[in-house]
Amino acid sequence: MEIDNLVVRYGEKAAVDGLSLTVTGGTVTSVLGPNGAGKTTTVESCEGFRRPDSGQVRVLGLDPIADHDKLMPRIGVMLQEGGAWSGVRALEMLRYVASLHVHPLDLPALIERLDLGTCGRTPYRRLSGGQKQRLSLAMAIVGRPEIVFLDEPTTGLDPHGRREIWQLIRDLRDDGVTVVLTTHAMDEAEQLSDQVHVVSAGKVIASGTPDVLTEHGAKSLEDVYLALTARESK
Amino acid sequence: MSTTYVPRPGSAPWHRKVYSHAVMEFRLLLRNGEQLLLALVIPLGLLLLLGGTGLGDRLPLGDGPAVDLAVPRVLALAVLSTSFTSLAIATGFERRYGVIKRLGASPLSRTGLLAGKIGSVLAIQVIQLAVLIGAGFALGWNPVGGAAAVFGVLLMVLCGTAAFASLGLLMAGVLRAEATLAAANLLYLLLLVGGAIMTPVEEYPEGLQGVVRLLPSAALANGLANSTLEGVVPWAAALSLALWAGVLGYLVSRTFRWD
Repeated sequence: MEIDNLVVRYGEKAAVDGLSLTVTGGTVTSVLGPNGAGKTTTVESCEGFRRPDSGQVRVLGLDPIADHDKLMPRIGVMLQEGGAWSGVRALEMLRYVASLHVHPLDLPALIERLDLGTCGRTPYRRLSGGQKQRLSLAMAIVGRPEIVFLDEPTTGLDPHGRREIWQLIRDLRDDGVTVVLTTHAMDEAEQLSDQVHVVSAGKVIASGTPDVLTEHGAKSLEDVYLALTARESK
Repeated sequence: MSTTYVPRPGSAPWHRKVYSHAVMEFRLLLRNGEQLLLALVIPLGLLLLLGGTGLGDRLPLGDGPAVDLAVPRVLALAVLSTSFTSLAIATGFERRYGVIKRLGASPLSRTGLLAGKIGSVLAIQVIQLAVLIGAGFALGWNPVGGAAAVFGVLLMVLCGTAAFASLGLLMAGVLRAEATLAAANLLYLLLLVGGAIMTPVEEYPEGLQGVVRLLPSAALANGLANSTLEGVVPWAAALSLALWAGVLGYLVSRTFRWD
């Protein structure tokens, strides 16, 4: 996946302002940055929701807008919120999304893994925050995608839930799935990522492996991040 | 045994995606009480009131037995409620809840989404037609025209659905969900009384007839009435609805967004 000098404006304001980054296949890449830095807009450009004002985005060699129908079956997307009918039952929704794919994951195993069995008949509007997150993640991976985009995947989860999702992300990577995630949780980025990009004011201001960014563990990623984004915000 | 996540992507065949989507929307609609009120209770109530109580004889429905005049007009109302009002409201809230966005990141595709929605609308209309036509016959409805009338009714249902579904999708695409809810209900009521759905165009004041006649609601209701009262195939009404569908469909394609 390649983003080259991407600019996306909302009216006058550039949400993404000349951002470039490359994601290598089979890795976990984290995009970090303050609220409003352009993380979600960047990810949404890769998913075909935002039309670049200039620059180029290629995902699996395809243009997310022009090649929409070719690209979508090959990627998995976890939205930050929403994404289901309010009256739909959790497993009904998952089965529906699975039916849009030709080789979906084995549903009983996925349901067990994400602990969706107990809330399977609950309407979406009555699911807890954590259940919604886990359902959303299930919908992102059920089609056996090559790349998954996870927008703050563990927000609102309890510590056990977070660890389970972390392990799932590692398993996805080990099986050859490319994972792109945005997060505010520095421990999450440090634990999971092969590559970290820090975004501020619509640009990448630092990139590297967690090991390099933390100077081989001399600093915590959170301190590095705070120093980077504090300097940038002045 | 542990699950393997090794990538094996691919879209299901188009017809299966459309079928899945149509079934999904159909089930959600059946679960939704207000939508059923709009789809069945209101047209059925009107039919019983007009065709079964003598009220229809005192209202400007046209010349002839009240039930014969009421059935085609109530069918038009049923088509309007499902293909326009229900569809617009449901789609508006799908946008609000991020469902359209979620589907935009799925293999469904625009054509699949559209075809699935039309499929669910047509499935609801089959139920509406069965109930209303059954109730009509029970009240002594006596349609004329045989095969031509059947063909005319089907033609009107399909052309009317194309025109009004386009209008509903356009509204849901450009307005907020709450505004769509309000506007779709308002327009339903306005067309019901002012759009020649329940009253033939000829009963309107002379000065208004020229305008009312051009409305898609007038074409749909008059086309259905001509089919079952005179046994003719309403080609002019079909053409009018097709033109509306073409213009509105073009606007939908220009304004459609996945988020």
